[in-house]
Amino acid sequence: MKLVTAIIKPFKLDDVREALSEIGVQGITVTEVKGFGRQKGHTELYRGAEYVVDFLPKVKIEVAIAEASLDQVIEAITKAANTGKIGDGKIFVTTLEQAIRIRTGETGEDAI
Amino acid sequence: MENQIFELQYAMDTFYFLVCGALVMWMAAGFAMLEAGLVRAKNTTEILTKNVALFAIACIMYLVCGYSIMYDGGIFLNGIEAFDLAGVLSDSAANGFDGGSVYSGASDFFFQVVFVATAMSIVSGAVAERMKLWAFLAFAVVMTGFIYPMEGAWTWGGVDVFGLYNLGDLGFSDFAGSGIVHMAGAAAALAGVLLLGARKGKYGPNGEIHAIPGSNLPLATLGTFILWMGWFGFNGGSVLKLGDAASAHSVAMVFLNTNTAAAGGAMAALIVGRFLFGKADLTMLLNGALAGLVTITAEPSTPTALTATIFGAMGGVLVVFSIVTLDKLKIDDPVGAISVHGVVGFLGLLLVPVTNDGSSFSGQLIGAVTIFAWVFVASLIVWAILKAIFGIRVSEEDEYEGMDIVDCGMEAYPEFVKS
Repeated sequence: MKLVTAIIKPFKLDDVREALSEIGVQGITVTEVKGFGRQKGHTELYRGAEYVVDFLPKVKIEVAIAEASLDQVIEAITKAANTGKIGDGKIFVTTLEQAIRIRTGETGEDAI
Repeated sequence: MENQIFELQYAMDTFYFLVCGALVMWMAAGFAMLEAGLVRAKNTTEILTKNVALFAIACIMYLVCGYSIMYDGGIFLNGIEAFDLAGVLSDSAANGFDGGSVYSGASDFFFQVVFVATAMSIVSGAVAERMKLWAFLAFAVVMTGFIYPMEGAWTWGGVDVFGLYNLGDLGFSDFAGSGIVHMAGAAAALAGVLLLGARKGKYGPNGEIHAIPGSNLPLATLGTFILWMGWFGFNGGSVLKLGDAASAHSVAMVFLNTNTAAAGGAMAALIVGRFLFGKADLTMLLNGALAGLVTITAEPSTPTALTATIFGAMGGVLVVFSIVTLDKLKIDDPVGAISVHGVVGFLGLLLVPVTNDGSSFSGQLIGAVTIFAWVFVASLIVWAILKAIFGIRVSEEDEYEGMDIVDCGMEAYPEFVKS
């Protein structure tokens, strides 16, 4: 099993959710987060003087999936969240040791 | 019958003073909201405290001695409570129905006292976020009880400047106080800012200018609209009479011109800001509307509506460049008060002779220099004394913590505070 964590632009959340639903993903967890990447935030003008916005608002999506569907999931997120502009975000993939459905006690791929 | 008409005229002109005074009083709310919006959240309670307290101090000090210095009234308003119907009627008969207005002395005091508070409100914004509460209030006592009444006496009071020269005779005219109220407040603010220094973090070691965004732009916008509304009392009331057709028409023109100058100033600042900064800067738009109002305040009764709009727009353009320039000079003014009221107030004075034949350019210049020099130097001395005795600036740690907790012990927006 794999845990796919994607950091995306907030306005792309609906597109990503739809794309994941279409390929049969059963559930996702969404968190509003802030952070910076290579650009290190950006500057704004206030009364003619610059100020730096260090941390930009992003959305973090976490999806637990079977290993077999990993490529499909990555492709769906990449396609849906892509604008071609700086700040589109990143996808991190980690190995998931175990998953348990609390209600039934099912484990492993049955639980996701 | 004639006497009853004179009594009615007295009632109308007194009532007009009182309503306009109440409108100007409401400007205190405008300043409070504007300043609360343009400071950081951690300094909100303290700036509100300053705004309410300075208004109360102005009311008391002007009663104690200010009105006496400025208009030769009694100390503690001694005698203002007396009502003399025979005197009212004889004055009215002597002036004639369309002559100078006759009104209650109490209404005159009420109308004048709110102007003092306006001048003092200008100071609080410029020195915000770093000046000690009690040092500020101590300054307010001297400013409203002595510094402002002195220059008020030389201008509206008609008294010679230290017995040397008379501004009225030189052709100085300031209808509702672009110079007497607004530039005076800004001069006191500038003196304070120079001794106080910039907020920590505002300017970098290599001359960089860092923006410190205001915490609540809806409040700043509300404050600007409140000031805009109050200004109808400020300028409209300064016609001093409503009770005959010519005066009523003059009042209407003043309202019209005041409003249109604000509109011109707002749009000019918005457009200039868009070209300079690439985006529509709301705070500049707000300052632009106020700049338009300050510009027209020196003479709202003689310009045509179009001229008034253009004058306001000139103020709106000037205020943006002034704010940017003051920042380059490292004069830190969180709300732009020195630019809006001082620089633009000066412009307003200089524009008076364009439409008012009763004033002269040289008279305006001498008047402006007199007001500025007096208020600036007197304020500098008072600030310096306060600085030497008590200190006027909070410690670096307190500034970081925020004035709210340090001075007032309470946050303006406590839900956002982590326990």
